[in-house]
Amino acid sequence: MKWLLVVALAALLALPAVLSSYALTIFILIFFYGFLGQAWNIVGGYAGQLSAGHAAFVGVGGYTATMLATSAGLTPWLGMFVGAALAGLLGAIIGYLGFRFGLRGFYFVLLTVAFAEICRVAVSNIDALGGPLGLYITFTGDPRQFQFQDARVYYYIALALMLVATLVAWAIGRRRFGIYLAAIREDETAAEASGVNAFKYKMLAMVVSSFLTGLGGTFYAFYLFSLQPGSLFGIPLSVEIIIRPIVGGAGTLAGPILGSFILTPLAEVSRLYLGGGGLHGAHLIAYGVLLIAVVLFLPEGAYPRLRRALQRSRRP
Amino acid sequence: MDLTLVLQGLVSGLLFGGVYSLMAVGLTLIFGVMRVVNFAHGDMMVWGMYLAYVLAARAGVDPYLSFVVCAGALFVLGLIVQRGLVDRIIAAPHEMQILLMLGVALVLENVALMAFGPEPTRVRSALGGAALWLGPVFVDVARLVTFAVAVALTIGLSLFLDRTDAGRMIRAVADNTYGALVIGADARRVYAVAFGVGAACVGAAGALVSPILPFQPSTGLSLSVTSFNIVIIGGMGSLTGAFIGGLLVSVAESLGAVFLKPSLKELMSFSLLILILLVRPAGLFGRRAL
Repeated sequence: MKWLLVVALAALLALPAVLSSYALTIFILIFFYGFLGQAWNIVGGYAGQLSAGHAAFVGVGGYTATMLATSAGLTPWLGMFVGAALAGLLGAIIGYLGFRFGLRGFYFVLLTVAFAEICRVAVSNIDALGGPLGLYITFTGDPRQFQFQDARVYYYIALALMLVATLVAWAIGRRRFGIYLAAIREDETAAEASGVNAFKYKMLAMVVSSFLTGLGGTFYAFYLFSLQPGSLFGIPLSVEIIIRPIVGGAGTLAGPILGSFILTPLAEVSRLYLGGGGLHGAHLIAYGVLLIAVVLFLPEGAYPRLRRALQRSRRP
Repeated sequence: MDLTLVLQGLVSGLLFGGVYSLMAVGLTLIFGVMRVVNFAHGDMMVWGMYLAYVLAARAGVDPYLSFVVCAGALFVLGLIVQRGLVDRIIAAPHEMQILLMLGVALVLENVALMAFGPEPTRVRSALGGAALWLGPVFVDVARLVTFAVAVALTIGLSLFLDRTDAGRMIRAVADNTYGALVIGADARRVYAVAFGVGAACVGAAGALVSPILPFQPSTGLSLSVTSFNIVIIGGMGSLTGAFIGGLLVSVAESLGAVFLKPSLKELMSFSLLILILLVRPAGLFGRRAL
């Protein structure tokens, strides 16, 4: 297993040398959504608290870093941590409201959706933040401004983000913290009865998850050079964030990455072939059918199924 | 601030609220019985709107009559979605249920997009333009009829649940599925009927609102989110809560448009939601936080 990981990592590091620019874009998106999915996985998978408003953290992170760069001249390399800290703060507020009352299951889902929507409407109405039109970043190609002429740099940054989030999730899973989270996910009442402070650990998971997601906001902003409230804070991005880890297997370390490797290329290719030619919406119908099929045929996610298949093949 | 303007906002908000109530009642019924949140709720409503649009454009049927057909059609759609999909994941983890309903929502929204295009439309009704004056306050007759029919349907649904055997069976399954099974309820049938009735509510609501509210395929998402807000504010699973919550949210939005600016009216329902979560997390009429 260890050797397989080393080989896979080496392959990913060497890959940009041979990829076309279109393939490079797809890989950047795979890593970026894998990163966002892994960050979500900490609270949504490990702790089982289904946040459906994670786009809010991307938005807060992205807008903060962009505003700091354009108005205060602070480099996004530092601004991204300020943005992430604010995203973590927002995560703490949402977590406090939700967890203090023990809002479980769908109640928490709807609370997180509502918060993301509040942020979206508020940002669309603040002229200093560009209002509904959003912000645009002038391209300078200056690495100190988080801008690069060579798309391969974005490839390595996205890969690094995904690996960092995965390391954090791995470290949490190995510690007592991770065991507490699993206990809370499986049966919160039983976990509390055995002395686990559910509120504290759910809050911690939420803050770590929203902080990491906030870091991603800066990447999003400085990769696309534009920020709109609808695309950064909107429900569609929240949905994109949660479906990959769920499809791959929520609460597993490999799930978000596997989910992103499955869904991202499918989404891009179907956009390429079905998105044009007056067939507006066809690729999203295909995407919707795919989600339905995953739920019906892989109800626990792809990774647990894959792992069982591997174990079976290893047995003599 | 002009008092007439405030009164005007209050009246139009209240009259529009009937539709919100009907929509939220459908969502809360589905949730109360199955513990499944219908993420495709708003998109089903948009299908009701487009059906009313087609019936008006092709057959010249007024939406204030065709809402019956729309409710029936959406009942069937709800039945199909429940039997074909939701029934199979009723015991699955929450995240899988969400994924499934998001998939359904994506399909419904984009089928509408392919069929009707992205431009906003509105359905013409014979009542369009007619108005009454209550002193200085202007009452749009279309809104008044929409309100009356929506409220009548909500009351009818409530009577159905209270007075008929089928309705009592639905409530029994919602209260305690296991207990209802013990006394011989057919839970699968109850689930199918409840999902169908929940969808029929938005079918009717969609047709009724189609002459007042311009709509496009993407309208479904914001309607879904508004329904979620209303049922949390009212208390999840509570029909009374959904009804009162619908009126409350609509009035709040309408007054928000008067006092603040129209683009901020969405903020009103969310602020109401946060306020409720702070002071009464179970919702206005909820018995407990879930």
